[in-house]
Amino acid sequence: MKKTGIIYGVNGPVIYLKGNTGFKMGEMVHVGEEHLVGEVIALTNDMTTIQVFEETTGLKPGAVVEATGDAISVTLGPGILTNIFDGIQRPLNEIAKSSGKYINRGVSVDSLNTEKKWDVTMKVSVGDTVTGGTVFAETQETRSIVHKSMIPPHISGTVTKAVSDGAYTVTEPLVTVTDAAGTEHEIALSQKWPIRIPRPSASRHPSTEPLVTGQRILDTMFPIAKGGTAAVPGGFGTGKTMTQHQIAKWSNADIIIYIGCGERGNEMTQVLEEFQELTDPKTGNPLMDRTSLIANTSNMPVAAREASIYTGLTLAEYYRDMGYDVAIMADSTSRWAEALRELSGRLEEMPAEEGFPAYLASRLSAFYERAGMVTNLNGTEGSVSIIGAVSPQGGDFSEPVTQNTKRFVRCFWGLDKSLAYARHFPAIHWITSYSEYLSDLMPWYAANVDKKFVAYRNQIMGLLNQESSLNEIVKLIGSDVLPDDQKLILEIARVIRLGFLQQNAFHPEDTCVPLSKQFQMMEIILYLYKKSKALIAMGHPMSVLKADNIFEKIIAIKYDVPNDKPEMFESYRKAVDDFYDNVLKKNQ
Amino acid sequence: MSIEYLGLSAINGPLVVLEGVQDASYEEIVEFTVDDNVKRLGRIVEIYEDRAVIQVFEGSENMSLVNTHTQLTGHPMELALSEDILGRTFDGIGQPIDGLGPIVPEKRLNINGLPLNPVSRKYPRNYIRTGISAIDGLTTLIRGQKLPIFSGNGLPHDQLAAQIVQQASLSDGSDEKFAIVFAAMGVKYDVAEYFRRTFEESGVSDHVVMFLNLANDPVVERLITPKVALTAAEYLAFEKDMHILVIMTDITSFCEAMREVSSSKGEIPSRKGYPGYLYSELATLYERAGIVHGSKGSVTQIPILTMPNDDITHPIPDLTGYITEGQIVLDRQLHGQSIYPPISVLPSLSRLMKDGIGEGYTRADHQDVANQLFSCYAKVGDARALASVIGEDELSPIDKKYLVFGNAFEKRFVGQGMLENRSIEETLDIGWQLLGILPREELDRIDTKILDQYYQETTVDLVQEALEDATDM
Repeated sequence: MKKTGIIYGVNGPVIYLKGNTGFKMGEMVHVGEEHLVGEVIALTNDMTTIQVFEETTGLKPGAVVEATGDAISVTLGPGILTNIFDGIQRPLNEIAKSSGKYINRGVSVDSLNTEKKWDVTMKVSVGDTVTGGTVFAETQETRSIVHKSMIPPHISGTVTKAVSDGAYTVTEPLVTVTDAAGTEHEIALSQKWPIRIPRPSASRHPSTEPLVTGQRILDTMFPIAKGGTAAVPGGFGTGKTMTQHQIAKWSNADIIIYIGCGERGNEMTQVLEEFQELTDPKTGNPLMDRTSLIANTSNMPVAAREASIYTGLTLAEYYRDMGYDVAIMADSTSRWAEALRELSGRLEEMPAEEGFPAYLASRLSAFYERAGMVTNLNGTEGSVSIIGAVSPQGGDFSEPVTQNTKRFVRCFWGLDKSLAYARHFPAIHWITSYSEYLSDLMPWYAANVDKKFVAYRNQIMGLLNQESSLNEIVKLIGSDVLPDDQKLILEIARVIRLGFLQQNAFHPEDTCVPLSKQFQMMEIILYLYKKSKALIAMGHPMSVLKADNIFEKIIAIKYDVPNDKPEMFESYRKAVDDFYDNVLKKNQ
Repeated sequence: MSIEYLGLSAINGPLVVLEGVQDASYEEIVEFTVDDNVKRLGRIVEIYEDRAVIQVFEGSENMSLVNTHTQLTGHPMELALSEDILGRTFDGIGQPIDGLGPIVPEKRLNINGLPLNPVSRKYPRNYIRTGISAIDGLTTLIRGQKLPIFSGNGLPHDQLAAQIVQQASLSDGSDEKFAIVFAAMGVKYDVAEYFRRTFEESGVSDHVVMFLNLANDPVVERLITPKVALTAAEYLAFEKDMHILVIMTDITSFCEAMREVSSSKGEIPSRKGYPGYLYSELATLYERAGIVHGSKGSVTQIPILTMPNDDITHPIPDLTGYITEGQIVLDRQLHGQSIYPPISVLPSLSRLMKDGIGEGYTRADHQDVANQLFSCYAKVGDARALASVIGEDELSPIDKKYLVFGNAFEKRFVGQGMLENRSIEETLDIGWQLLGILPREELDRIDTKILDQYYQETTVDLVQEALEDATDM
């Protein structure tokens, strides 16, 4: 017998039921005749409060609300990848088939296709002892990814029934596990997991490997580790979404979960269209084969926006449990925070800073803490990295969401308005950004790229910092009066900014650059600096050095040297030497 | 259904409370009869058991607790639609005010609309030529885009919007059907009249649907006006395959109205007293732009908003910028120098531009030229700042060139006549001419091959001549 309640009041996405309904906190409910999906968010003796994930227009007091007995959950199984879901994991393609171009209310569709038969290879047989996390079957989910179906975390025991290899739907039971108490558990390809509860793992450990993105300013200057957390804050138009798209396209994660939380519909369409055409640099298959999209655009109901973040996280953790490196793009966490604020306002809770609820900080920390590099229950290693965009109001980083996010992430890629205005992209500002992972990752860079990698990176950073303080002076008195060695710093910093930090996402070569080329680019820039500095020390003025086009030539390396022709750097080294000799010869 | 409730239990500003209602639903429309003869409409905005809080669109003047009869209609707000709405004028809640009688509806649609499924959307790629260099060249408008104009009081945003409408509609000589939906929210009579006259003069007025809520019309009506207008736009675009340009002015009045109603409902305010759902409400308007699979039409939006105190960080422009696909920002200083349109190019942006320009759409060098102009013009700001400290004479030769470039850019590229309709080639050629003022080494955003093809040094005389031409116009 299902518990029911009667609607007493409606206020936007929040509805109230009178009396003690016996519902549970976080339980999923069906509201009214159209069976709108909702969740219990507060209980008192005389009132039950529910947030509804769909438009509430037309709801009447007196309508029936039915409890389902389960918490808000997602369905985990093959078919998640290449798919696009709304905030509560309803497949948008199926919704489009049943209700046309608009998203109607009360659409009841299964999260995963229940009719499709998957080719299953069984990994256990009768008599095997299994525990939570044991892989019992494998399915080729997409061309790139093998889906490993696991025993749910809380079940362990002996396999008493198992089917043979063959084609099965996601709902057919494949194995039966009998636990110590003698209870039988039938397990199929798909299983449910509540979105607000993190999936368990055996242990967490620090990460020593970077998430390589092919973006110079990220990989070299402010790297993120696999299992790390990063925030990308920036006012509108500074390139948050572009940065996330670039990482989603080129990073070396196995799986990408892209959460469009309260953002533009056209952006999701763009990801959908582009990712089907682009190929994954690792496997050569379409990028969509390793991607799953959660789209809750800004005009979709606000309560589902709040849930979409957790839906995405749970999907990510599920693939992590299989031993994959998963990266989550959350665009944007501010919209999620604003959804919290909106619902909190409807609930007439006491507001804290800027109208945000007082629990904003604890929700944010709980969200980012679900990232990490872990050893799974089945002994494999997997990671969830979270890259969250933050849209600070008025582009002001002192607002509560940015400030609280900063406390819980270890990588901060601050986007800058003036760089964006000058169309310097990615507009990540090298002075305000930081990464705490750099020291953890040093050994990896030394072992896998070059021993001098971090040293070069620090020299480049040093030059940029010197430029920044020199610019303060230039603003007051102009650059003409500076001594030549300082003019050289400005010039080299310009080469770094234009030739290294700036990266053209629309250029076929420049959009994704391997670490080895990033290293060689740094090397040649620093070599040029060394040689020029020697010339300046000998008394040659900057104007003489500038007469040569070597600086422009180095800047153009990013376009002129293809990623697969590292040997060309030799000729640039020679060009720098020639430049040095020429200056000496001409000005003796 | 036709139970009539007599009397009300409370009136507070535009909100009234009715008790003892049976079977009322959230967002349902109700009809009031005041003093047995005046009809008004209202919408249920909150409901607790048998107590409904109702928003009266026409305002609660003259209503008392005893003289009002209320009737539930049983449905949310709907708009009567047929192709005959073209050329007609309606009030803020969609009732005809041009004396031509009611619309015979082919269809009635819920004005709240439904969210478009991202899967059904088609990514917009078709650019609209507006004939305005600063827009075509640097912040290209794409069909299906939402591109607001951020303006301030006293700036020529209306003229700019009117010019876009005229030139965008005229340029397309094809047989595709084109129409304009105009929604005025709390604007002055003169502004509405200006638009009507402009539409008439350019011969498009039989393709215009106007929804007018003027400054002295009821405030609550304003909350409905854009939704009514967008419902009409969606109907024409997705069911009648027309290309619709929606102009909504002024979004600021819409938000003010929302704040007013929210505060009389006693809601908890968030930023600057605006309700917490301001972002969601704005998003439900702006996201109704787009193109969908299976329909030839499109909805393009040009919302106009006046930034209070010219502050771009104010919640209204701020939240708008986070939803819309770019923005065109007008600048008081340029306006002061009589440069029309006074578009401040650096903060202006079109997010969809990158996919709708270049070879096959406009010209291969478009993106590079745009990037370079942005980048150079950003440097002009530094040079000017320096000049104001150490004096123009003390500047280095290159900084001086930047100053010349900056002035020429503002007068020649940004500035143009109100009737001047430039082709995309003209716009880009002017761009190259201006870039020619600077030495080739300074142009670091352009592919070497494109530079070889187009770059030509411009002498200072030529620049002077061009500037004089610009002043003559």
